[in-house]
Amino acid sequence: MKVLKLAKENLDFFAAVVQQFGEVHAPVEKNGKYAFQRLARWSDARLDYQRTMLPPKKYFLPPHDTLLEYKDGQGYVPVMDGVDRRLILFGVHPCDIYALNILDMVFYGRYVDTYYQKRRKNIAIIGIDCTPDEHCFCRSMRADFVDRGFDLFFMDLGDHYHVMVGTALGDDMVLATGPLFEPTTQKDIEEYKRRSSAKKSAFKLEVEIRDLPEIFEMQYDSTLWKGLGDRCLSCGSCSMVCPTCYCYDVADDVELGSRAGKRSRSWDSCLFSTHALVAGGENFRSGRPARVKFRYYHKQSRFVAEYGRPSCVGCGRCISACPVKIDISEVISQLRRMEQNAIAK
Amino acid sequence: MQLLSEAPVSQAMAAQNPYYPHMARIVRIYKMVEDNYLFSLRFVDDHLARTFQYNPGQFMMLSVPGTGESPISISSSPSRPGILEVCVRRVGRVTNALYRMQTNDLVGLRGPYGNGYDVETLAGNDLLLVAGGLGMAPLRSLLWYALDNRDRFRNVTLMFGAKSPAHMLFREELASLVDRIDLQCLLTVDSDPTGTWKYNVGLLPKLFDHAKLKPVETYAAVCGPPVVYKFVLQRLLELNFSKDRILMSLERRMKCGVGKCAHCSVGYRYTCIHGPIFTYWDAINLPEMI
Repeated sequence: MKVLKLAKENLDFFAAVVQQFGEVHAPVEKNGKYAFQRLARWSDARLDYQRTMLPPKKYFLPPHDTLLEYKDGQGYVPVMDGVDRRLILFGVHPCDIYALNILDMVFYGRYVDTYYQKRRKNIAIIGIDCTPDEHCFCRSMRADFVDRGFDLFFMDLGDHYHVMVGTALGDDMVLATGPLFEPTTQKDIEEYKRRSSAKKSAFKLEVEIRDLPEIFEMQYDSTLWKGLGDRCLSCGSCSMVCPTCYCYDVADDVELGSRAGKRSRSWDSCLFSTHALVAGGENFRSGRPARVKFRYYHKQSRFVAEYGRPSCVGCGRCISACPVKIDISEVISQLRRMEQNAIAK
Repeated sequence: MQLLSEAPVSQAMAAQNPYYPHMARIVRIYKMVEDNYLFSLRFVDDHLARTFQYNPGQFMMLSVPGTGESPISISSSPSRPGILEVCVRRVGRVTNALYRMQTNDLVGLRGPYGNGYDVETLAGNDLLLVAGGLGMAPLRSLLWYALDNRDRFRNVTLMFGAKSPAHMLFREELASLVDRIDLQCLLTVDSDPTGTWKYNVGLLPKLFDHAKLKPVETYAAVCGPPVVYKFVLQRLLELNFSKDRILMSLERRMKCGVGKCAHCSVGYRYTCIHGPIFTYWDAINLPEMI
């Protein structure tokens, strides 16, 4: 991969130049928390942020998105407003980049989701490395490092950024600044290795995922699920903040007094009681324990069977969002302990 | 009730967008059974209407403009192109709105979705179709496919049970098949309150007493409510049917039809793209199957 360095004092200039490639969105602070949004000015960007409340998936699969309109005499017409908007997400963490790579597997495939695909094409990603806090376990989920899914990726090495160039677009951004980016030296590479190794040892939370599909298989009837179901409020917060939850619901709205309307999709959650309800009233997961269990199995076990890895990236958002403090790292460890105890017996 | 016509959207644009419904005209509404009408639909785009292809057992996403979209199995056979028939039970918002529509009104259709029955694998074998209630809707597609391509299959047997003669879908049509020599058509009703029913009375699994089956050379396609699966599967296993020669059609609440929205997931499979037809062997390994 092409690797360059950018002196820190040149970052503001780069940010100014990069605007010609699209509207810059970056994390900004909101009451002590962070959110990706359009920058009013570059100085609002907080590249040293801890996880944003919502992951960048909101740009690719918006919480509420109109897909089609229908009008009298015209039938259905796809609504593609906004999908061609050129944006730059500046400062995306590795786990969130990894999560987008996972969403690609779902939204591409045999039937390509046009809306997702167009947004993905038009939104550039400039990644930035981060320091783990007490809820981060991306290293356990093998999502602490990304080698694709970004146009540029920055790592803070004190007086300069180590910059990986991931795409031709990223290269164009670099070239547009003239001689701003410089070649790296052997010393810079040594510094990169030091910083990378320091990050690896900075994780406070570790979740062992080895043998997880097997453990999930053996613990399918575990009492743990009932206990979690009793605690869970079915609020769906974990799904909303999850960078890889992609369930959605589809609904039609009619404009009152007219024969026109639109079809939209909105984020849904498998924890909602209506998720597996079919016409006629049959509900395949009417109880909360069944729904909590479904979410865990889908992310940690079934996604592995389908796509070869868990869909969880260890961003820690669900841990901080859960109102009853259900902690995925504890659930997995507890399940592993139960399985080990069962073997010991 | 509405005056929609085909939108001026290019075919290329529609082909790119998996959520785009093509307009189709309701050409006939057959009030088969109370709250179970058969709608005959034809795409407004004549080329699409004539070239539309599908497998028996696949489903469509049907849009009622202003109300929403629902997954509906196709009841007609691909051997009879031009018209799509869907048997719709009136159960929810979308189907209620459909029941308020009239001949010549327009609905939206996209599809076909799902795997359907793999007719190339079934060819050369005996076919046993076992349906209970609304389960006849997808199986009728396979039945007519087999009858229209009769030389591709060996013995074909249909077992169909309904609550009463008044509840039996496709009653006249199926009764007209009873005398065919190239089909064993066994019809039964749980009870016959009017005393006019000429065929069997009794529960569906009882029909197995009338059929001579060769399980190793037969594919059994079963569709019906959970209770049908429970007793019919039991009978098939007693007869030593291999679990991968028993085909089931699962019902889920598909919202997208294209493997994204996750509403129809069973285990790690999506009913909409990996199903709705699963072998019994696949199905017993899926949690929350029926």
